This record gives sequence, C-alpha cells and structure tokens, in this order.
Amino acid sequence: MRSQLLQKKDLWAGVLYIAFGTAAFWIGRDYPMGTSGRMGAGYFPTVLSVVLVLIGCLSVARSFLRDGDAVGAIAWKPLGLIVGATALFGLLLQTAGLIVALLGLVLLSAVASQHFRLDLKASIGLVLLVGFCVLVFVRGLGVPLPLFGSWFGE
Amino acid sequence: METVANLWLGLETALSFWNLAYCMIGVLLGTAIGVLPGLGPVATIAMLLPVTFGLPPVSALIMLAGIYYGAQYGGSTTAILVNLPGESSSVVTALDGYQMARQGKAGKALATAAIGSFFAGTVATILLAIFAPPLADLALKFGPAEYFSLMVLGLVASIVLAHGSLLHAFGMIILGLILGLIGTDVNSGMTRFTFDLPQMADGIGFVIVAMGVFGLGEIIGNLENESTRTVMLKSVTGLMPTRQDLKRIAAPVLRGTALGSMLGILPGGGAMLASFAAYTLEKKVSRHPEQFGKGAIEGVAGPESANNAGAQTSFIPMLTLGIPSNPVMALMIGAMIMQGIQPGPSVMTEQPVLFWGLIVSMWIGNLFLLVLNLPLIGLWVRMISVPYHFLYPAILVFCAIGVFSLNNATFDVYLMAIFGFLGYVFRKLDCEPAPMLLGFILGPMMEEHLRRAMLISKGDATVFLSRPISATMLVIALILLVTVLAPAVRRKREEAFQEEG
Repeated sequence: MRSQLLQKKDLWAGVLYIAFGTAAFWIGRDYPMGTSGRMGAGYFPTVLSVVLVLIGCLSVARSFLRDGDAVGAIAWKPLGLIVGATALFGLLLQTAGLIVALLGLVLLSAVASQHFRLDLKASIGLVLLVGFCVLVFVRGLGVPLPLFGSWFGE
Repeated sequence: METVANLWLGLETALSFWNLAYCMIGVLLGTAIGVLPGLGPVATIAMLLPVTFGLPPVSALIMLAGIYYGAQYGGSTTAILVNLPGESSSVVTALDGYQMARQGKAGKALATAAIGSFFAGTVATILLAIFAPPLADLALKFGPAEYFSLMVLGLVASIVLAHGSLLHAFGMIILGLILGLIGTDVNSGMTRFTFDLPQMADGIGFVIVAMGVFGLGEIIGNLENESTRTVMLKSVTGLMPTRQDLKRIAAPVLRGTALGSMLGILPGGGAMLASFAAYTLEKKVSRHPEQFGKGAIEGVAGPESANNAGAQTSFIPMLTLGIPSNPVMALMIGAMIMQGIQPGPSVMTEQPVLFWGLIVSMWIGNLFLLVLNLPLIGLWVRMISVPYHFLYPAILVFCAIGVFSLNNATFDVYLMAIFGFLGYVFRKLDCEPAPMLLGFILGPMMEEHLRRAMLISKGDATVFLSRPISATMLVIALILLVTVLAPAVRRKREEAFQEEG
C-alpha cells in the first residue's frame, strides 16, 4: 500500500528531529564555544544539534524516495485526556489538595476508555484507591502532599 | 580463592534479616506490578523507585534488583497466560508460551520459565562474580579518552541492536544526548536549555522521562487499540514438570543461558536481544522447527533462560564501568547516584559490602522467584484479570505521586505530562524511546569525558586513536557500523527482527 507523502512516518519523524535540532541550536547560539582543547558550554550541544538536523534531513529525504508506513489515525481523545488529566493533577495538587486532585486525575483519565462507566464497582474502587494513596504515601512514606489545599483554607 | 571470600562477604550481607526481607518484598512487588499487562520493567522500576529512597544504599539496590527480576518474571507470566507481553523481552515467550496455555499446559510453561530463569540466574551470578573484578581492574586504567570511546561503542551497539530503523535509532540517541545536557554545565556553571526555569537548573530527572515516555506514552498507546480482551484463564494446574519435560528443556536452557550471558554484557544488549536470539537459535537447532509457534516447550525454555541471564550479566558493565547497557541499568545508575554512590570501577574496592551483597542477593532473588511465584500463581492470575480500564487510572496515579515525591515538585508532574505526549508521538512515528533514554543518561558523562580527554591532549583529537584501548573500541564500533550498513547484513537483520511477527 502506497501512502501519501504527508502521511509518512519518516517525514514527520524527520520534521521532529529538525525541530528539536534547530531549537537546540537556536537556544544554544550564545553559549560559549571555546576551542577544541578547552571546550565551552556550547561546543558539544552545538555539534549534537547540527547532527540531529542532518539526521532529520535524511529522514525527510527518505520519505520522498521510499515507500513507508503511514502515521495513521491519532488517538486524540486518549492523548488529550491522559496528558490533560496528569497536568490537571499538578494544577489541583497545591490549590485543592491531594484528594480532589486524585479524583480529578482518575475520573478524567478514565473517560478515555470506551468501557468507562461510573457504577458502584468503579466508585468503590476509586474510594479504595484514594484511601490507599493517603495511607501509604502521605501517612506511611511521609510524602509532603497536602490533603486539602489552599482553597480549603489550609 | 578470592572469589569465594568475596562471595562469602556478599552472603553475609545478603542474608541479614532486613536485606532478605527487602529482597523478597522487591521480588513480590516487582512481580505484582510486572504481571499487570502493558507495564514493562522500565515503567515498573521507575514507578517503584521512590519506595526505596528511604532505605540504606545496600538495601535499596538489593530491593531494586529484586523488583527488576520480579518485573521480568511477571512479564513472562502475562505473556504466557494472556498473550500480552508487557515488555519486549517477553514478546518471544508469548509465541509458544501462550500456545501452551491454550492447550491447557499453562502450568508447565510457567514452571519451565521459572526453572530456566533460576538456572540462568545462578550461572550468571557466578559469571558476574568471576568477571567483574578483572574488568573493574581494567577499568581503573581507563582515562577520559577510553571512557568516551567506550560510550561511543555502547551507543553504536545500541543503534545496531535497536529494533526498527537504524536512522531513527541514531536520531533518538542524539535527541537523548541533547535532552541529557539540560541543566547546569558542571564545567562552567552555566545553565543550558533551562528556559530560565529554576526547576530545570538541575536537569530533568531520568525517572520523569522514563515514566512519561514508557508509563504515560504506553497507556495512551494501549488505549488506542483498546479491545475487549477476554482473559483466557482457567485455574492453572500441572505446575510440576515431568522427568521427560526436564529432559526436553535441559539443552535449550543451557544454550539460552550461554547466549544470554554473552549478549547481556554487550552495551545495548540485555534481556530483549538475548531472548530474540535464543528463540531463533532454538528454532534453528530443533529437529521439529514446525512445532515452534504452536506450543513448543523449547521456545519457552530457551528465551526465558536467555533473558534472565542477559538481565543479570548486564549488571557487569553497569557495576564495573558505571555505564548502563540498557534503560533498566540506566535507572539503576540513577538510583545509585541518588543514594550518593558514583557508579564505576571504584565501587567494588570502596564499597565491597554493597557490591558483593548485591551480587549474592541477585541469586537469592532468583531463588525467591522460583519458590514464591509458582505457589502464588493464583494471586498473579487474579491481578492479570483486572480489566485494563480499572488498571490504567491507578497506574497513572502511582506515576503522578511517584514523580511528585522525587523532589516534592508539581513542576515534575507537568514535565512528565509533556514526556507522555512525546512518548505517544514517538510511538506513532516508530521512533524507539529506549535509545533515547540511553543517550539521555550518557549525555552529560560523554560530554564530560570528551572535554577532559581533549583538555589533556591540548585539543588533539588523535588522542582517541593513539591510546590502544580507546582505539580498539572505536575500531569495533566502526566495524559494527560498517557491517550493519552493508546491504546483505541489513536484509538479514531486518529478517531477524521480522520473526517476532
């Protein structure tokens, strides 16, 4: 099966390398290079970013020359929900506290599954999980996680 | 004689009550998490790493090693029972192990895996005890040039042995090296690539990258192809292999152990490569190659022994040279550094109790695996049967809290989310994250040694070729690269990796 150029994995992987390489080169443009005998902070990263851009170009070139697999459908829903739920956990941790943050993380991420149903079994599991985390991590291992955050006046 | 004395010292350490307890807890925890479908050893260790922070160094490493074997054995159990290999090294086990399970011989397959692993673990422990001291002696002669060349060799080897495209393996390594440089430059004190964020001044924690890319990325990937998997599990019976079975698996176990031990030492090698190679070998030497893939017991015995032997011998370069040969070892190095131990040849002489205690406890950990796991199989089966949609939110919770507890920083949770996103992107583009992780951990070390070597030679790059050990390693690296780029070998390699099917 021939795939269209714009769907090819090689093309996008190449773009990714070029993007990272260029970014690293750009950010590191002012780091002192030094000499080969006395390398500055910029020497090694600059060499690496140039190599990465070259690899990216090769990968892009390959996507023009060779048949390759298509990237295929992106699972936007799980991707957004899992990454979003994780970020939300960080956001809620200090403000609303661990318990709310855990509820947010679990419920939001669970929606990503097509089997998600908040029935009795799932609710009991959720309560047990939150209880386990509070007991083991906060009480047992002493991780300084606020149970209730600043929103609750603590 | 010295080996015996060293092992005795190790035995004393490993047999102390608490170390035994931590070893056992590690094996149990590792297996419990490792059997969960979709969680490989890297994610398991990364998740459980924070649990060991409060322990003294020896106990922490013993427990981590236990977690590693447990996770690996747990992965094999899942591969055999539900055909869902949680890690690449059990992919091969699933081929014949699952077929055996379908024929009602799950018990036999599990027992074969356990016995093979135990035997391989025993042999590999002895090898480790014999070969580690001379290698560490050799390593003490290493200057910065040798270290740099060794790392080049290691990275080249991991490109050659990587699964998919060579170009992408190369790209991912470079990307990893760059990511590894984030943080403060030790030579000049300058912060690099930190976006002026104070939270990034110390660099990005390895665990954050590993949990993001392997933990989160894998969850998203699994949800993409979410299917209603019916867990085909009856009660597992017939654990005891017959005398005939033992006879049948003896040779494959021996071959697997030998192959695995050798491949484990190679940089970039380790358990995964070993199990693939062992399967191919067993199929080649078998008188009934047509049985493979249909439940051949040899197809379980060989790879399982090989992957355990490889897992164990991959500790050799880690402990003697301080260089990780695979992502799991990179995590172990991370754990050692967090415990205030700089991995390298001096560990053996300066911390003999830690070194030998760890080695002996590896063998004890394997014994625990054999003794505990077969009777506990009912429990593992129950853990596997937990549906994935209940499982992954819990995994996510442990990742999030685990990452937070590293530095008690919410910032790390956000970073993990970003790496989770990247992990999924890499998966979609067939860019393997394992080489990136290797590059990530090696990046700062490589730069450091390169700089020192060049400083000593006053900017003369031929120093890498004029020193014999360094030159040898670079030549080997070059030969590896040339052979793998040669068209004929390249086709062969692609065929070899196709066999996993």
